[in-house]
Amino acid sequence: MTDTIVAVLVEHRNHEIAQPTFEALTLARSIGRPVAVWMGQEPPADAVAALGEFGAQEVRVLAIGERARHPKTASAALAAAAGDAALVLVVSTFLTKEIATHLAIATDAGVVVDAAGADMVDGRVEVRQTVFGATWNVRTRINADRAIVAVLPNTTKATPADTAAVAEVVDVVAALPDVRESIDAVVPVAREEGVPLSEAAVVVAGGRGTNGDYTLVRELADVLSGAVGASRDATDEGWISHEHMVGQTGVTVTPALYVACGISGAVHHRGGMQASGTIVAVNIDPDAPIFEIADFGVVGDLNDVLPQAIDALRAHRQG
Amino acid sequence: MRIVVTVKFVPDLQSQRSFTDGTVTRTADDGTMNELDENAVEAALQLKESLPEGEAEVYAITVGGPDAVAAVRKALQLGVDHAVHVCDEAIAGSDVFGTARVLAAAVRQIEKDGPVGLVITGMAALDGLTSMLPTALAAQLDIAQLTLASTLAVADGVATIERHLPDAHETVTAKLPALVSVTDEANKPRYPNFKLIMAARSKPVTTLSLADIGVDRAQVGAMASRTTVIEASPQPPRENRLKVTDTGDGGTHLAQFLIERGLA
Repeated sequence: MTDTIVAVLVEHRNHEIAQPTFEALTLARSIGRPVAVWMGQEPPADAVAALGEFGAQEVRVLAIGERARHPKTASAALAAAAGDAALVLVVSTFLTKEIATHLAIATDAGVVVDAAGADMVDGRVEVRQTVFGATWNVRTRINADRAIVAVLPNTTKATPADTAAVAEVVDVVAALPDVRESIDAVVPVAREEGVPLSEAAVVVAGGRGTNGDYTLVRELADVLSGAVGASRDATDEGWISHEHMVGQTGVTVTPALYVACGISGAVHHRGGMQASGTIVAVNIDPDAPIFEIADFGVVGDLNDVLPQAIDALRAHRQG
Repeated sequence: MRIVVTVKFVPDLQSQRSFTDGTVTRTADDGTMNELDENAVEAALQLKESLPEGEAEVYAITVGGPDAVAAVRKALQLGVDHAVHVCDEAIAGSDVFGTARVLAAAVRQIEKDGPVGLVITGMAALDGLTSMLPTALAAQLDIAQLTLASTLAVADGVATIERHLPDAHETVTAKLPALVSVTDEANKPRYPNFKLIMAARSKPVTTLSLADIGVDRAQVGAMASRTTVIEASPQPPRENRLKVTDTGDGGTHLAQFLIERGLA
């Protein structure tokens, strides 16, 4: 533990903190003294308490409302709140990567996104990543005095601090830049029940082999308390909404367990899930490329294999 | 109006990708134009085709070593009007900020012929996948950024995009000039046909050095990079993989595997 200040940008939606924020705070504690940065409306008391439990000694609040949706504005706000931080951690999303880029330009910081972990070595931040569809492990040193790291969900196990801090709420006033873009409409995406796909510890995904029927995929996800994913084929067919697409241009997932049902395993899909802990595949085609990366594969028809697996898992749960 | 599309030379996704001395190995044999840049080229061509003949011109720019010219050649085959290749040894090892600096200077070079209304990029490069370049380039050019567009419309000097984020769908507008990054949902890229491939052969590629575009060599390349890859190793293959063929108890085997691994 050092005096290095590590700022963590809190991901929240409707005042509910996303689980990867706690993972980032856990990582921050291993490097230095974590402070949380909260943007949007004022945080509720229970959110502040939860951040304290995971070691945030301060919650720095930028009450900038919807203006936080502008990456450049959010970056200026984050710069004002994290001016004393040697390291800024964000949860890797398309929006936070844009915020990180602006912040790096404004503060001459070095930035690494989609990180699997970070530590401080000889006063420099070093970052671990898997790249090329999780086929290579890379360690990158940030040469600049200020570092920004965007961390992928499920890469650090979130654990509360040994001694919970009572986080002090500090209001930060930031000079916000003029922006050239106007966000004319925001239509919220209805959130499904359960854990968001990107954060889920278990993902059950269906592809072409489902023929559009996700009943068994959803049942298996349900019995494993997982989230439902899909291949590009399935979302292109309109069988399931785009938010479910796992792949290089969709959601990148790193769950402990990934079950691919009727997914051939095209390289674009694998790039979004190959870093998963355990990979299980069910496919009718014994030559499907997904079997090359599956820890356990079943060559067979989904309609035979999945109901039997679901029944056996239910029986196990009921013990 | 001039429309500039940035295209990147990347290792083919189907090839064995690797690192050499801390940078991505790029060779002419298995390199290609980043697939997601095809959506950017398509968006530019569709926009041009929606305007009266002669009103818009599309430029493709790439940055990289001699082999990278393949990326702009591919763009020519798809139908862009002009190709620019910024090629200079000093660029090697640049980070995203160095690359953005070079691209911005190349865009300004094109502006000497007349104003650039739009810069269109892909949503990410399938080698690094960082998605940072569009934002960095817009910042360098000091123009509006409309990123991750799944639709793009331009009318009366204003660009309008729809952007599908995980929590919300946004409609964002900005006055031109603007940078737009398009997703792979934005359109279905065309295939080069024989006629276009033949026509592309006779189109010249303008090659520019850093000196030509007024970029200081000290501000780009590995020395100026704010990050350095210090270790890179291939992930070992997954061990003890099992594959069974369902003969009536495949589902039971699957469940047992999950239970034994403590995953159920």
